[in-house]
Amino acid sequence: MLTFVISRLLRAGLTILFVMTFAFIVLRLSGDPALLIMSVDAPPEAVAAFREAWGLNRPIWEQYFSYIGHAFTGDFGKSMRDGRPAIDLVMERVPATLAITMPALALKIGLGIPAGIYAALHRNSMADRLTMAASVAGFTMPSFVLALLLVLVFAVQLGWLPASGSGSLDHAILPIITLGTGGAAIMARFTRSAMLEVLGQPYIRAASAKGVNWHRVVSRHALPNAAIPTVTIVGFMVGSLVAGAVVVESVFAWPGIGRLLVSAVANRDLAVVQAILMVIATWMVAANFTVDLAYGWLDPRVRNATAH
Amino acid sequence: MSAPLVALRGLTVDFENGGRMSRAVDGVDLEIAPGEALGIVGESGSGKSVTWLAALGLLPAKARVAGSVRLEKQELIGVPARVLEDVRGKRIAMIFQDPSSCLNPVHRIGWQLVEALRLHRGLHGKAAEAEALRLLDQVGIADARRRLQDYPHLLSGGLNQRVMIAMALAGQPDLLVADEPTTALDATIQAQILALLGSTRRDTGMALILISHDLGVVAENVDRVAVMYAGRLVEEAPGTDLFGAARHPYTQGLLAALPSLIGPRRRLAAIPGTVPDPWNVPAGCRFAPRCPVAEMRCTNVPPPARSVGFRHVATCHRQVEAGYSVWSLPQALPQAAE
Ligand SMILES: Nc1ncnc2c1ncn2[C@@H]1O[C@H](COP(=O)(O)OP(=O)(O)OP(=O)(O)O)[C@@H](O)[C@H]1O
Ligand SMILES: [Mg+2]
Repeated sequence: MLTFVISRLLRAGLTILFVMTFAFIVLRLSGDPALLIMSVDAPPEAVAAFREAWGLNRPIWEQYFSYIGHAFTGDFGKSMRDGRPAIDLVMERVPATLAITMPALALKIGLGIPAGIYAALHRNSMADRLTMAASVAGFTMPSFVLALLLVLVFAVQLGWLPASGSGSLDHAILPIITLGTGGAAIMARFTRSAMLEVLGQPYIRAASAKGVNWHRVVSRHALPNAAIPTVTIVGFMVGSLVAGAVVVESVFAWPGIGRLLVSAVANRDLAVVQAILMVIATWMVAANFTVDLAYGWLDPRVRNATAH
Repeated sequence: MSAPLVALRGLTVDFENGGRMSRAVDGVDLEIAPGEALGIVGESGSGKSVTWLAALGLLPAKARVAGSVRLEKQELIGVPARVLEDVRGKRIAMIFQDPSSCLNPVHRIGWQLVEALRLHRGLHGKAAEAEALRLLDQVGIADARRRLQDYPHLLSGGLNQRVMIAMALAGQPDLLVADEPTTALDATIQAQILALLGSTRRDTGMALILISHDLGVVAENVDRVAVMYAGRLVEEAPGTDLFGAARHPYTQGLLAALPSLIGPRRRLAAIPGTVPDPWNVPAGCRFAPRCPVAEMRCTNVPPPARSVGFRHVATCHRQVEAGYSVWSLPQALPQAAE
């Protein structure tokens, strides 16, 4: 078990390093930050001074190693816009992002999983067909379309909720619904098929043949097995929480990491972009790591395979 | 003769597949006495499993079950789920073909055994564990205490089938239906499991239904054999009679296909042709298209079940004489070769 954890941690570290390297290369290849951040007609001395100040005149590999080296100590450089540490800028946005993504996650799980289980248990019923139709609609609709629809109905037409901004609980409602709907739809479909797969297994019929009542067959024999594949998709959702908020935060002008990323990219604020990508990557890697542990916990077959 | 333990009367099962109804079991009448061992044989798809799954209400909702199944005085068809739950495992237990996939992969063997003990015998805690150990011991599992902690995937198929048998015995049932309990196991393990079923039956006095597509497996382990073909019962007889004096051409064909241990080696003659699809069965005798002695009426008129000896029933128009196999007729073999 320990070697398993260590190997997964090593792999997680490598993944993060890879993301940082990739971000560094792409951002440097896409243009000279000094020219992009200063106006086009800035005097050459000013551009040179800017380069000097941010270390952009050093050889590229030197910049790379100094970046990685500092990153290890938690230093992601300073924002080229306002001079504050990039990681501070990012971290102060985290609560706002979590404030809409966490309730959205709860919505995905709390709505999607029960709906999927119900649909599987009442396969081909009206409720099953309705759930599945709703879930097709839910995940084929791009989130910005859904966001605009919700704004049209609840902000413009009915005037119940604010169309954008932050500051009150009301402001969070539409972003949460937008974020949660698609995920709940995916969750429902996935849970349904996982559950149907399990209900068709011989051990379910054998449990009934043993005299176990249907309620217990579902709760104690089917659900623990269906949980195994479902955990993968939950992990995937947790992992993509922050990244998934980019579009929605922009549409609703919600002051989270996603919106910061959009403005940092537009401003060519390299240090901030890199810090955000690092945070997103770390979050995803941590989610995957948790899924792997959960797998071992839920599935004795995996537990034994990794123990040897 | 004692009153039957279980009696099937006109048991019929239809499956609805995309609007098309197909009849998997067609009017089966069968009885089993307390403590009796009954074998059910027939090729794949003849309805052996569906018959007993229907009797216990274990078929999916799309199956339409008609007729009657009585356990002593209790009717089992069309009764509420609650009634069936009290019968399953406690009065009639069932074990299946692939033991390793019939045990729940996420629960320990002990958990699964204790669940049955709690359900049927109201045992909890230490008492349940002690009884679980005793059951594993009874079915010949060494190192039972450690096995209780194991998950099914750590055990071989043979061991898992022993666990399934132990679990079936947990409810002290009056009847154990063993649906091809050894098909997924290799030959030596197969013999051990069959011996275990036989000895358990003798020790507990329960009745046993042994389902198999292999007459050889059934031969040594039961008192009486019922042969099914395409959803119908075609012959029913005490084991010795069936092997010595089968009357139905289908049964005779199955016997001819058995390797014989005594006498000269013969060519194994599998019955030519295939079982008809359930949605496309002949109007008369279902075996007529493959039968070497079929006549006009066989194709058109369903044959009646006829008593041909003591507790020996054959459902055939042609009253084939005992001890005379239609498959040894000169015209039967060239057909077999085509
Ligand atoms: N769930 C189902 N849905 C539709 N048809 C089914 C279902 N289960 C069984 N059948 C059909 O019922 C018929 C009888 O099947 P059954 O499983 O009883 O055969 P069997 O005699 O047990 O054969 P085997 O030796 O292969 O186990 C087959 O034609 C099969 O296709
Ligand atoms: Mg079968």
